[in-house]
Amino acid sequence: MIQVRDCVMYYTESEDTPIYDGFSLTIERGESVVVIGSSGCGKSTLLFLLAGLLVPVAGEILIEGRPITKPRPQTAFILQEYGLFPWLTVEENVGLGLRVRGIPRAERLRRIEEQIRNMDIAEVKRRYPFQLSGGQRQRVALARALSLQPDLLLMDEPLSALDALTRERMQKLLLRIWRKADLTSILVTHSIEEAVYLGTRILVLGGKPACILGEVENPEVGSRHYRSSARFYERCNVIRALLEGGDGDA
Amino acid sequence: MLKQTRGKRWAKNVFSYLLAAAVIVALWQLASLAVHNAMLPPPLSAWKTTIRLLHDPLGMHLWISTRRVLGSLLISLLIGVPLGMVMGFERPVDRVLAPLVYLTYPIPKIVFLPLILLFFGLGEGSKVFLISLIATYQILVTTRDAVRKVTPEAIHSLRSLGASHTQIYRYLLFPSCLPDVLTALRLSLGTAIAVLFFAESFATTRGLGYFIMDSWSRAAADRMFAGIIMMGLLGVVLFWAVDVLELLFARWRRQG
Repeated sequence: MIQVRDCVMYYTESEDTPIYDGFSLTIERGESVVVIGSSGCGKSTLLFLLAGLLVPVAGEILIEGRPITKPRPQTAFILQEYGLFPWLTVEENVGLGLRVRGIPRAERLRRIEEQIRNMDIAEVKRRYPFQLSGGQRQRVALARALSLQPDLLLMDEPLSALDALTRERMQKLLLRIWRKADLTSILVTHSIEEAVYLGTRILVLGGKPACILGEVENPEVGSRHYRSSARFYERCNVIRALLEGGDGDA
Repeated sequence: MLKQTRGKRWAKNVFSYLLAAAVIVALWQLASLAVHNAMLPPPLSAWKTTIRLLHDPLGMHLWISTRRVLGSLLISLLIGVPLGMVMGFERPVDRVLAPLVYLTYPIPKIVFLPLILLFFGLGEGSKVFLISLIATYQILVTTRDAVRKVTPEAIHSLRSLGASHTQIYRYLLFPSCLPDVLTALRLSLGTAIAVLFFAESFATTRGLGYFIMDSWSRAAADRMFAGIIMMGLLGVVLFWAVDVLELLFARWRRQG
């Protein structure tokens, strides 16, 4: 379980308007939460806090009952630009987290191989990131994250740079990973369709300081032909309305 | 396919070097014909002298000079790269050291020669110190700026994988500044050879700089140009060496 309790956070230390002023949130194990909101509303900051890369000025963040003050080994974080290193090949990028954690070589190679197969990037494993397509890069980032065998996967607009078809393919992949790997997933996006396609719960964030404008339960996630169902469009419209309402306030 | 294009590129490279050498020799020939002065001999007679003196004494002088340049550059790298990385990444350190660097950077270090001679003596020490002092600045400043270009995203990404502070240096800062360090190395190579010539023109009887000055004072133009040719070759070979290093360590940068 993830608990965010009364967090206070500023953009920079010197500024006096907070991004968060008493922000709270609870996420259950195994949920797939999608956070949506206009740019600059503090979506990414939330992920940075959960990842332990930022520490709140006041309040606390608990994961499985433990306060988070630095990155936690069971959390994997995929940043907007994927965070791949251009001087490492695909294999080396996938294995970077394992190397940093001092996993023995044999185990490392086994896990790299497993994820490379899993993400279907075997044929490009000796290439450098600049030789890959956007979708392939995203798969490498996912492989790297999953090689750490996380129980919490944080993703900051991971698909925003992809073309429409690749994006849909990757959304399917994300869904598959979440169902198979028994993990809690928190994804930030500004695509309404993506939110409804991937989130069992959708949080609409907005305002200054940021608060949850609305919460939509979306239990049909993963059901067959969900994307083309009437329910899907209905949910999209609910979220659109919530977002527009938030805009009106600002 | 890839190999073939690489081979072609290599052949093209060799060809353009040969062409450049031919142009230089032609201009030299024209110039020597035009000025018609004993101090500017035609290329052929300079080349003959080079071959004649190659084994003795040019080989020895070349070796001494090479050793001085390489030793100095190694020292500069060992000081400049780590210090530059720390300055680029640790803001408090930078706040203290940056003004020091910027205030002393523009001062021509050669003016400290009397002091350097006083403290390092007339031997190798003073020459190596002078060259490395100058090269260290170039490498340090480049490294620092390269580290500053590292994006916060990259740092966050590595930290989220669980990297410690020192691992950030090892896995991110060092590899990402390496291409810039090699560029700086190439630039300081040029400077180092220029300073080498100066450093070898006093208080020594060995090295190409000495050989050139000595030949000049004896008005032995052929010998002098033999020394100049060797110095040019030294530079070219060291430049190529940096190219090879780049090929080995910055492969990912050659896009396409």
